[in-house]
Amino acid sequence: MTSFAPETALIKMTPNGLYCPQGRFYIDPVRGPVERAVITHGHADHARNVAETYFTTFGSSPILQKRLSNDISLHTVSYSEPFTLGETTVSLHPAGHILGSAQVRVEHQGEVWVVTGDFKRDHDPTCQPFEVVPCDTLISEATFALPIYRWPPAGQVARDILAWWDENIELHQVSVLFCYALGKAQRVLAELKKLTDRKVLLHGAILPIVDIYREAGIPMVPTEKIDLQHKRDYAGEMILAPPSALGSPWMRRFKGAQTGFCSGWMRVRGNRRRRGYDRGFVLSDHADWPSLLQTFDDSQASRIQLHHGYSDILVRYLEELGVDAISLGSPFADLETV
Amino acid sequence: MKRFANLYRALDQTTSTNIKLAALRSYFESVPPADAGWALYFLSGRRFKRMVGPANLRQWMIEASNLPAWLVEETYASVGDLAETAALLTGTQAPTSINHSLSEWMEKEMLVLGMEPPDQQRLRILRWWQHLDYDTCYLVNKLLTGSLRVGVSHLLVARALADSANLPRPVILHRLMGHWEPTPQFYNQLIAPDDGSTDHSRPYPFCLASPLEQQNTPQELKTQLGDPREWLVEWKWDGIRAQLLRRPGACYIWTRGEELVTDRYPEVRDAAYGLPDGTVLDGEILAWSEETGVMPFTILQRRLGRKTIGKKLLQDIPICFMAYDLIEHEGQDMRQHTTTERRALLDRLLKQAGPVLKMSPLLSVTSWEEAAQRQMESRGRLVEGLMLKHRNALYEVGRRRGHWWKWKITPHTLDTVMMYAQPGHGRRANLYTDYTFGVWQNQELVPIAKAYSGLTNEEIYELDTWIRQHTIKRFGPVRSVKPEQVFELAFEAINRSSRHKSGVAVRFPRIARWRRDLDPKDADSLADVHSLPGTGTA
Ligand SMILES: [Zn+2]
Ligand SMILES: [Zn+2]
Repeated sequence: MTSFAPETALIKMTPNGLYCPQGRFYIDPVRGPVERAVITHGHADHARNVAETYFTTFGSSPILQKRLSNDISLHTVSYSEPFTLGETTVSLHPAGHILGSAQVRVEHQGEVWVVTGDFKRDHDPTCQPFEVVPCDTLISEATFALPIYRWPPAGQVARDILAWWDENIELHQVSVLFCYALGKAQRVLAELKKLTDRKVLLHGAILPIVDIYREAGIPMVPTEKIDLQHKRDYAGEMILAPPSALGSPWMRRFKGAQTGFCSGWMRVRGNRRRRGYDRGFVLSDHADWPSLLQTFDDSQASRIQLHHGYSDILVRYLEELGVDAISLGSPFADLETV
Repeated sequence: MKRFANLYRALDQTTSTNIKLAALRSYFESVPPADAGWALYFLSGRRFKRMVGPANLRQWMIEASNLPAWLVEETYASVGDLAETAALLTGTQAPTSINHSLSEWMEKEMLVLGMEPPDQQRLRILRWWQHLDYDTCYLVNKLLTGSLRVGVSHLLVARALADSANLPRPVILHRLMGHWEPTPQFYNQLIAPDDGSTDHSRPYPFCLASPLEQQNTPQELKTQLGDPREWLVEWKWDGIRAQLLRRPGACYIWTRGEELVTDRYPEVRDAAYGLPDGTVLDGEILAWSEETGVMPFTILQRRLGRKTIGKKLLQDIPICFMAYDLIEHEGQDMRQHTTTERRALLDRLLKQAGPVLKMSPLLSVTSWEEAAQRQMESRGRLVEGLMLKHRNALYEVGRRRGHWWKWKITPHTLDTVMMYAQPGHGRRANLYTDYTFGVWQNQELVPIAKAYSGLTNEEIYELDTWIRQHTIKRFGPVRSVKPEQVFELAFEAINRSSRHKSGVAVRFPRIARWRRDLDPKDADSLADVHSLPGTGTA
């Protein structure tokens, strides 16, 4: 096992987030102000308004502009297109997480580090598939790093969602499906598109992101924003809403609604019961346990560094397999991972 | 099994009574009687006694998952439920390749497993895990660990059965009372047309009282209940609620928990043979001394666990059956007669019955003020309070508000400190909901009671987080926590007990309030506990 000296690290964890001293930039900084930030993707725990200049992919740029501001200083690059930051060469590669999501490859004097950001290996019609990027050190997320987290095929989950919708139509009930507004909602709409052309209604928070995805040419079922001005009967409709809407006054319009939640956490029954959803659909945009191990193998990295989720458990497991692994902790442990 | 797994999932995944009812009906209408019988067995909350030790199961789960033991334990800790963890770690995503129906599962696998030595059990269970899809695997594991709980009430199941068999619900409820085996014969009899006959060992569904607010003033009682002269008032006895059946050639004693206990109370059984055939009494089994009257519940408790009742026990703890209702008279179902009518017949019937079969006396009460005064005598008389029954009340099935009320005395309370927590069951399996509380003795906490109920959901979640962050030590699923949180516990009675480290046993403890305002130092001491009334009497 190689010993690891943090002072020679190409990327290290700081209170502001992951930092590359040789390139003088942060990756997904959570605090600032900082000068330069490379952003892996548009989720709120990764893209925060704390940098003077942002570097990201073409796919992420409209999301960043929508979520942060139109006035941010933004450098947009294609996947695999190298650019120079300080003494390093940086390139972004598909992470398969959401539209525009990227892994960050950093090269300095022949040494290569890769930060996966959030990623998954499963098929997803809304984004480019994960690309294996060989490296010396891999910094990976470990959100779902327990062996119980193994994802069913998304196509199967979409069929379950459709069957649930059909059951509720028969019962004259409205189906309210909760999912994160960015990424998960569009993935559901795109998976449904393979099965049906029925219209799905959208909570106001989801609509602008769906527009961005349509602009990017992602095929999805027809959608319509819920018109709150006009009272109507929603029986038989399918509504997509962000999780924050559960238990809010917004829900009062849909009396007797059947509720569902799309998330990897729904693999465990107690998580669903605890949050009070009728149905849980196991659909995650993160790597499951087998994908994590597969990815470490594929990367050929001699060193694995982990953050988020069950890092400590995965580190211990890897160490027992003779892999050089450490946990980086997280600068913002209380932030909900998306 | 697939159909039962689907039914379980349907019931688990909705809170709507109508959807549950529809799922139950379509299940009962579509499966053979053999499966329906077993389904009913589990839906009524019956379960096997554990066939495989949890330690063995954990060992095999580690083996089947091919993971290090510590990782399986970490995973189990995160899921909180052994059956679910095993299914998540081993269940396949491929379709199940053991295609048994529910009854075949029970008869060809489960019951066989119960008779096998551990090494064969291991092989059988590993084979299941290899071949079952997740849903089936989860259900099989729940059956295996005896932890299957389905979110349906007994009444809802009876309603679904009544609907699909086109029978009145009381008939189904009556036929479901007492002992039955989940056989196709039983199920067929259950849904057979009503010819007025039922197995003559079966008790009737009990009529239950609703609780009245303990702090009710006489004025509030007047508003709620009206004229006191319309009500029959009795003591609320603190014993074991039971039905005494005298049927041709036989006697049966059934507890409210539907346990057949005839032979545990031979004196009651023998006295019952003196009653005419076709008589069913409702009442309370009490430990009773002819000199001093009712004895504390803890004394009665000493007879509860015993299968064989020796001479000495019979002498030391004499029993009486305190009757307060007549459900069947001369072979006729009396439930549609008024309480006044039933009591009059009961009175006549028990005149010559001898000392073991007693009649619960009526208290003569002409005003609610007077009732309140009598209620205050309860603790001294070792009763739980008063029962109020409307003169015209019928003998209802289950709890029907407004006919029978129980008005219990205000419970004792103690301020205690949380010592241990462990996860609950079923839907609360990954929440810490079962707590142990202690009181002070020489700078140390002595456990005094376990309590599960009394907190709001928000409080439970908050406490769950606090427990995880303030764990001192783990013992399997149990965590000892920092002695910082004070809770006011309420309980019905307290008695001396040599089996408890604290020297006392409390009855029906529950959490009255989370006392965030109190410092743990302010909690009660064991000396405070021993000074409570009741601790001297037993
Ligand atoms: Zn994230
Ligand atoms: Zn993300």
